[in-house]
Amino acid sequence: MKVNEFELTDDLFEESGKEFEEKKIMNRPSSTFLKDSWIRLRKNKGAFTGLILIVLIMFLAAFGPYMNSHGFDEQDLTRTNLPPKVPVLENLPLLGLSGVDIRGTDQYAAKEVTEYYWFGTDDLGRDLWTRIWQGTRISLYIAFLAATLDLVIGVAYGSISAYYGGRIDNVMQRIIEVLMGIPNLIVVILLILILKPGILSITLAMVITGWVSMARIVRGQVLKLKGQEFVLASRTLGAKDKNLIWGHLIPNSLGPIIITTMFTIPSAIFTEAFLSFIGLGLQPPIASLGMIVNDGFKMLKIYPHMLMFSSVIISLIMISFNLLGDGLRDSFDPKMKK
Amino acid sequence: MERILSVDDLHISFDTYDGEVRAVRGVTFDLYKGETLAIVGESGSGKSVMSKSIMGLIPKPSGRVVKGTIKYQNRDITKISNKELRELRGSEISIIFQDPMTSLNPTMTINNQIMEGILVHQKITKKEAEKKVVSLLELVGITNAADRVKQYPHQFSGGMQQRVVIAMALACNPAILIADEPTTALDVTVQAQVLELLKDIQKKMDTSIIFITHDLGVVANIADRVAVMYAGKVVEIGKTDEVFYNPQHPYTKGLLAAMPDLTIDQEELKTIPGSPPNLLYPPPGDAFSLRNEHALKIDFLHDPPMFKVTETHSAATWLLHEKASKVTKEIEGKQRVKIATSDQIAKKEIGKEKLLEVKELKQHFKGGKNSVIKAVDGVSFDIYEGETFGLVGESGCGKSTTGRTLVRLYDATSGEVYFKGVDIHKKNVLNLNKDIQMIFQDPYSSLNPRWTVADIIAEGMDIHGLYTSKANRMEKVYELLKTVGLAEEHANRYPHEFSGGQRQRIGIARALAVDPKFIIADEPISALDVSIQAQITNLLKKLQKEKNLTYLFIAHDLSMVKYISDRVGVMYQGKLVEVADSDELYDNPLHPYTKSLLSAIPVPDPEVEKKRIRIPKGEWAIESEDCKLREITDGHWVACTEDELDSYRSKSEDTALLV
Amino acid sequence: MKKYIASRVGYMLFTFLIIATFTFFLMQTLPGSPFNDERLSSTQKEVLNERYGLNEPLSVQYFKYLGNITKGDFGVSFQFDGRSVSSIIGERIGVSAILGAQSLIAGMIIGLFLGIIAALRHNTFIDYGAMVVAVLGLSIPNFVLAGLLQYWVGVRLGWLPVAFWEGFEYSILPTIALAAFVVATMARFMRTEMLDVLGNEYITTARAKGIKEYTVILKHGLRNAMIPIITILGPLTVSLMTGTLVVEKIFSVPGLGEQFVKSILTNDYPVIMGVTLFYSLLFIIVILIVDLLYGVVDPRIRLSGGGRREGK
Repeated sequence: MKVNEFELTDDLFEESGKEFEEKKIMNRPSSTFLKDSWIRLRKNKGAFTGLILIVLIMFLAAFGPYMNSHGFDEQDLTRTNLPPKVPVLENLPLLGLSGVDIRGTDQYAAKEVTEYYWFGTDDLGRDLWTRIWQGTRISLYIAFLAATLDLVIGVAYGSISAYYGGRIDNVMQRIIEVLMGIPNLIVVILLILILKPGILSITLAMVITGWVSMARIVRGQVLKLKGQEFVLASRTLGAKDKNLIWGHLIPNSLGPIIITTMFTIPSAIFTEAFLSFIGLGLQPPIASLGMIVNDGFKMLKIYPHMLMFSSVIISLIMISFNLLGDGLRDSFDPKMKK
Repeated sequence: MERILSVDDLHISFDTYDGEVRAVRGVTFDLYKGETLAIVGESGSGKSVMSKSIMGLIPKPSGRVVKGTIKYQNRDITKISNKELRELRGSEISIIFQDPMTSLNPTMTINNQIMEGILVHQKITKKEAEKKVVSLLELVGITNAADRVKQYPHQFSGGMQQRVVIAMALACNPAILIADEPTTALDVTVQAQVLELLKDIQKKMDTSIIFITHDLGVVANIADRVAVMYAGKVVEIGKTDEVFYNPQHPYTKGLLAAMPDLTIDQEELKTIPGSPPNLLYPPPGDAFSLRNEHALKIDFLHDPPMFKVTETHSAATWLLHEKASKVTKEIEGKQRVKIATSDQIAKKEIGKEKLLEVKELKQHFKGGKNSVIKAVDGVSFDIYEGETFGLVGESGCGKSTTGRTLVRLYDATSGEVYFKGVDIHKKNVLNLNKDIQMIFQDPYSSLNPRWTVADIIAEGMDIHGLYTSKANRMEKVYELLKTVGLAEEHANRYPHEFSGGQRQRIGIARALAVDPKFIIADEPISALDVSIQAQITNLLKKLQKEKNLTYLFIAHDLSMVKYISDRVGVMYQGKLVEVADSDELYDNPLHPYTKSLLSAIPVPDPEVEKKRIRIPKGEWAIESEDCKLREITDGHWVACTEDELDSYRSKSEDTALLV
Repeated sequence: MKKYIASRVGYMLFTFLIIATFTFFLMQTLPGSPFNDERLSSTQKEVLNERYGLNEPLSVQYFKYLGNITKGDFGVSFQFDGRSVSSIIGERIGVSAILGAQSLIAGMIIGLFLGIIAALRHNTFIDYGAMVVAVLGLSIPNFVLAGLLQYWVGVRLGWLPVAFWEGFEYSILPTIALAAFVVATMARFMRTEMLDVLGNEYITTARAKGIKEYTVILKHGLRNAMIPIITILGPLTVSLMTGTLVVEKIFSVPGLGEQFVKSILTNDYPVIMGVTLFYSLLFIIVILIVDLLYGVVDPRIRLSGGGRREGK
């Protein structure tokens, strides 16, 4: 930028007399770590989509079963194996929501059913919409319960191990090392053989090895933080262990803890479904999403709709949590971006 | 002189999450054959980015050259093809980075890493290349080169790694060597060796060196010419003597004045207020005007062009415009008055009361495989009330561990520490955490990022219940903020919103909150830029006077230690080797280690640097049982054996006679 | 180094001992376990008596049990009258091994490739595309994928057989279903590692030497990025083991996984326990190999003799 000489009037060559003001340097509005992370998360399309999907699915899991008048274990052999039929959408032939099965027969007409079954019915004539959302509810319940237990045990174990260090850490680490050497699937299967399948036993079986990864992450984080100068400063000020752990160590480990939880949930949903699939799932009449998928396989070739809806929903849940987890990782750790 | 490289109006920008950062904003300079051009600037001044662009190494796609040219042998480096660029890299232009540990590939032998470049550029066989690698390593002073080529980087020490990196850069005998802070990660004595090596090589090979650094002492030592960068621009360029002895730009002047001078006593350092601008929003006009107390009106409006001072010296400041001659004189006058008044501050009184007594303190850590690391190995010293005791030494000498052990961040292996006559290393000593406080090194990790400034400062008050009500707590926080030079509005902000210097102030306020008597300052300024270092040092001095504090000042920067300390202890390998009044220690060092250390510190004065003779580390009986601190003259203690004592005494007398 | 190997082998044996002990006591307590089931024929009881010495004290039984395991004797099946579990495993493992190896190799190659190009084309559509594939691969449960493949590719399109194991074409769909997870894990991991390594100063230094970009990426980037890849072999093995259970069941592949699921459905405890022990052993060996391999590949560990278990 060239300046014309004649613009440089004499009066410009005087001291401005402006005092230096430190305040001017702060031109950004105040923001907290969480606020910043939230803003970054909102910019991440994938993660935000994941978040919206999770909210939607949770809403349907909570209220879906009450959206029509069918009960989740209401059997009726006069309306078995009905394909899905949805008002309005039934007029769009490509969607396959018109109550016509893959061979082209309108099952509703054939079985003289006038009601609409949005996701169709299964081989016992139970309404799939109700069943699927009921199942989702149970699957999510198991997943959240497992994730919470993992979180509590993992955070406690990891932070104690790292915080006290020395011999305590050594022993606790050896235990973890042994647990890591055992394939968790094996433990889960064996435990369910003893405990007999049920919501609680399945959750417990998953937690028994599941907390290890949380513990390792928390330990790593706390070890890193322990040497940080703000923790040392707090110690020189005379802070007690309780203050240090709850004031400094845990709040600064929140990012990795939340992220790990976001990945625990889908893996718990998968494990539960997997167990149903190999015959170690919940016992009827309770149905989890995994069991509905498993049931769907029986009729796959003639009535694919039974498998389609449940597997799409289980996949969506997994995708959403994974996306959200990835997004959170990026937004908590902005260095990873660009 | 033959011009070898010319950079013209170079602009470089980075696209970041927050927007475009204009890292380099119009840099122009020439490089001549066989010279060393130092580029000085604080962090974020764009010096590193600029130097990388000379080799086409700006990270893409986020970074880009917006405009301007870099001409080498009639070719514009910003525009040539990748193939041409590759041919230049390593053979014509080479680069050395700051941290040798990260610039070497950990999974590749030294031999392969150096040979790689040779084989690309020179048509020679592998055998010949291998021979060349060995001779290069010998050139940079690595002994047993033939055996060591097969080793991996982690098997070398930091200084040796940097030599390997230099050998790698020199492999094809480049015309230009860019050294990007090559000695910043090294200890002073190692730094001195590396600087000597670079000078030596330059003589032998007639290489042109672009030396990037923030250390004015290093510049005075190595540079023929200096370019000072601020906020992405070269604000002043000239021969080293011209820039050091006749600085024109207010920033250069401020920078030079902010360095403590080892040769004279000063009561207060000159400081530059504030911190460098954020280049996301570069200010209009002269970027320095915001921090310049004598800024002209025009500085806020128009960007100053380069004005010539002499044929070789020019600066970008409106003060050199013909219309500014009158105002220049006025400013000079004001500054002279200021210096005159500031000299009259009285020297502080130091009590004769021992505040802290340390006796045979030992701190041993368990290393891997049954080995013991003797971080602190029998250190004894006293600190008197109201004084500042400096503790210096190179990294790993145990100075920080000593400080941390004193506040019981580590439990001492053995030894006693008396604070006001009470052994504080016995369990259950109340109020220790109030009386003794600590200021830390890293302003980025010393504040909990999740807490507001108010909570950080009040942490100690919360723990000890030092306030009567919520309002009282905030009142105290506001007062502390004011004491350390911050404003009330800062109380509800979070640490990441502050600059390094401001964060350090917050750390100081936190320590002051519990009203301590004794503060251990563990390298409190070494992570800060030069202009900020002076601010913090002055603040510490001011607080000492106002609150009658006693300091233990731990640092590796000996010039700052001399400036702030009344007495200084020198540590080496876990032991104190010499303790004396700071002037005495610097004027009349006795221990061979102290001598070698002092001879290695570069001083921001080209004349002194020209005459510098570095004293290599001598030998002494540190391992001997009998080796302990003995008083040579009044208050001057040296670690020695009974046998060495007499020779020290006689030496000391000799110098005393000379003076 | 020798000490390091010895300590790792020690760990491995200890872990296995714990699992074996666990299964032993399970066998003792399970309702309808091999030792107290009414369904047992007298011949079976005789065999059991002979093998385990049921009349002897628990501790003796325990050591006998351990002794049998070291000899590769995992007991006798209920389902197949008197057949030994090890012979069942021996007969079934071949198919599963082929399926697993095929999926692992194919998955790793594709995943590696995806991960590398995603890292090299960071923040472009190639990168996003590869990551979409990775998220889908990680998220879609293998039984869902297997079901979809069976229905669409097998039943609707009729391109490939939907069940049994009678030639290479029978293995394609199960392999895809199993490999998806491998591809996804590999691609993500490789991308992160590669980005991490490429951000290192030594990469810039290598470029500054004037060597070709692909040499920089292969010699300096890939080599260093590949080292941590070894660590995901453990989790991948587990996923393949779990995967084979499901996928073999869906595609009626006569492998160990299919047998395992069948045994669970029929409460054939000796087989369940035997296969469990076998899987554990397999996993432990993989972990051991990973540990040792890490030492060999990384000079920092090889030359200082330490181990690396922490971190990734």
